[in-house]
Amino acid sequence: MYRYDHCDQAMVDARVAEFRDQCQRRLDGRLSEDQFKPLRLMNGLYLQLHAYMLRVAIPYGTLSGAQMHILADIADRYDRGYAHFTTRQNVQYNWIRLEDAGDILADLASREMHAIQTSGNCIRNISSDHFAGAAADEVCDPRPYAELLRQWSSFHPEFSYLPRKFKIAVIASPTDRAAMKLHDIGINLVRNNEGELGAAFYVGGGMGRTPMIAPLIREFVPLDQLITYAEACLRVYNRHGRRDNKFKARIKILIHELGADEYRRQVEAEFEHLLAQDIEPPFAELERLREFFGDPGFEDLAEAELDRSDPEFALWADRNTHPHKQPGYVSAIVSLKPVGGIPGDATSAQMRLMADLATQYSFDECRVMHTQNIVLPHVRKADLHALWSRLDEAGLATPNLDQIDDIIACPGLDYCSLANARSIPVAQKISQRFAANGKGDTLGELKLKISGCINACGHHHAGHIGILGVDRKGVENYQLLLGGSEADDTSLAKITGPGFDEDGIVDAVETATDVYLANRADGERFLDTYRRIGMAPFKEALYG
Amino acid sequence: MIILTGNDLASGAVTWWAGSEWSRDVADAVDVGEEADAIAAREEAARRVNVPYAIKAEIGPDGTVRPAHIKDRIRGLGPTVRPDLTLKPGDANAVHEVI
Ligand code: SF4
Repeated sequence: MYRYDHCDQAMVDARVAEFRDQCQRRLDGRLSEDQFKPLRLMNGLYLQLHAYMLRVAIPYGTLSGAQMHILADIADRYDRGYAHFTTRQNVQYNWIRLEDAGDILADLASREMHAIQTSGNCIRNISSDHFAGAAADEVCDPRPYAELLRQWSSFHPEFSYLPRKFKIAVIASPTDRAAMKLHDIGINLVRNNEGELGAAFYVGGGMGRTPMIAPLIREFVPLDQLITYAEACLRVYNRHGRRDNKFKARIKILIHELGADEYRRQVEAEFEHLLAQDIEPPFAELERLREFFGDPGFEDLAEAELDRSDPEFALWADRNTHPHKQPGYVSAIVSLKPVGGIPGDATSAQMRLMADLATQYSFDECRVMHTQNIVLPHVRKADLHALWSRLDEAGLATPNLDQIDDIIACPGLDYCSLANARSIPVAQKISQRFAANGKGDTLGELKLKISGCINACGHHHAGHIGILGVDRKGVENYQLLLGGSEADDTSLAKITGPGFDEDGIVDAVETATDVYLANRADGERFLDTYRRIGMAPFKEALYG
Repeated sequence: MIILTGNDLASGAVTWWAGSEWSRDVADAVDVGEEADAIAAREEAARRVNVPYAIKAEIGPDGTVRPAHIKDRIRGLGPTVRPDLTLKPGDANAVHEVI
């Protein structure tokens, strides 16, 4: 894992002192709310429905046991004993007091963490594949490159006031586990025909009000030009992005209006100019970063079969583990989606347990998935049953990865001041419905995603089944969408028709799954069947 | 009726103008009529509230104040998915009533 050097620590400590002073000046009246708001947002502090909310950055979703422990301590010390893991691999606290904000940031800094650039029109937390460094199919570990981008983008003076927020994801596998093409920049590390590593740049994707899949802007950027090319992409956006209209300010709109070819032409021209300026960090820095992400000390193990005599364990192992590049190891997924629970929420006790299990079984490392679960990336198969037993006791072993009850749900109208409708109760009712009727187990992979408003933090555009909460004359209403994907077969879901009330949307989801079950061919997932038979049979069943 | 709401500056807690001070309980909210802007400006300047704003409300069948929009009713109670963290943790009907 990456460890701060004295520069990182000094930067973060300085920011803690600065923000502590800003909070004090707000509390004693030297700053008005208008003056203070942009300052608190730069430090991830929002004012939400019930209190201040603090969003903490988790770079590329990677946490040590000690970091997870301090997150649990913060939940107890300053919040109400729990935290919420988000779809951008971050964590949020819902009940923060302004008086405590400085102390919280100091606690975070003591474990090499912060909340910088988790809000505002800047480059946000860099996200990545939650199986990075463990996946059998990756061409390299993407995290050294994500870390390089993190360092480049932190306090970047030119990109601190972009037209709008800017999100970057970095992956290094043909399988996209980070919704890469639905980011402002998606970087896929690849090998060219000569076997050299480089980066494919997809630019201009996103969800929100106007969802778009990022077009490929450059197939191969040599690694020693990675930052220079990213800088060129950002510069063209910063120059031409719409600042006059918030709803048209994201880079996806610029690229849509310019056309991918013209955007590419301008980026290439800027890239040529920047190459002459020699802005790329020394390659030695990248080499230094790579050392932090090396082999954590895997044992030479023979590939072993699991003891499957316990059927509950066998089911969990089948669903909630992922193949590892190292023989004898797997990645294990800790589910934060118990039936009827709140997707992504974890109590402080659960967080401490995950921290301890990461230390004991996974080389002191865990990862936040954008699907709001937690990965222990490097678990010996021989330890898997013991790990499962501990998770099961704590309600963290629901065997539901990528099943219909592994629902992404944003905080919605229960917490979020921008929401139109509640997301969480809909998720709870759906998971309870499919647990009670037994259909959940028959459906296979089915990704269901719920957003409480058009901002799409719950990725509803990318759900095999998506749900969008809308406000219909002050009453919650829910639109149903079908056919989205955020994997390597990225597609945008389409709305089925008129919306439903809270109970009606649960029925509608069940109806859609019934259509799938009645039509599926051998081996087809819900998404495959939808793509083959189209929207019509679903509409017919839903609306008659 | 028109009532005034905002958040406590230091704690962020939801507050309601109760006539002479701010209350955590929406049931204490009073009709501010035409005075909303003046009260909001005075109270914000004194840092007794943060980002106050006026909303429509009505008196419900049980005689209590009910904000017109569901968002403010949820603000008044707390998250419907965590009844234990609402202002009425012991009241099984409280969540149902705000929806
Ligand atoms: S999608 Fe909307 S309601 Fe949900 S968290 Fe984002 S802004 Fe809030």
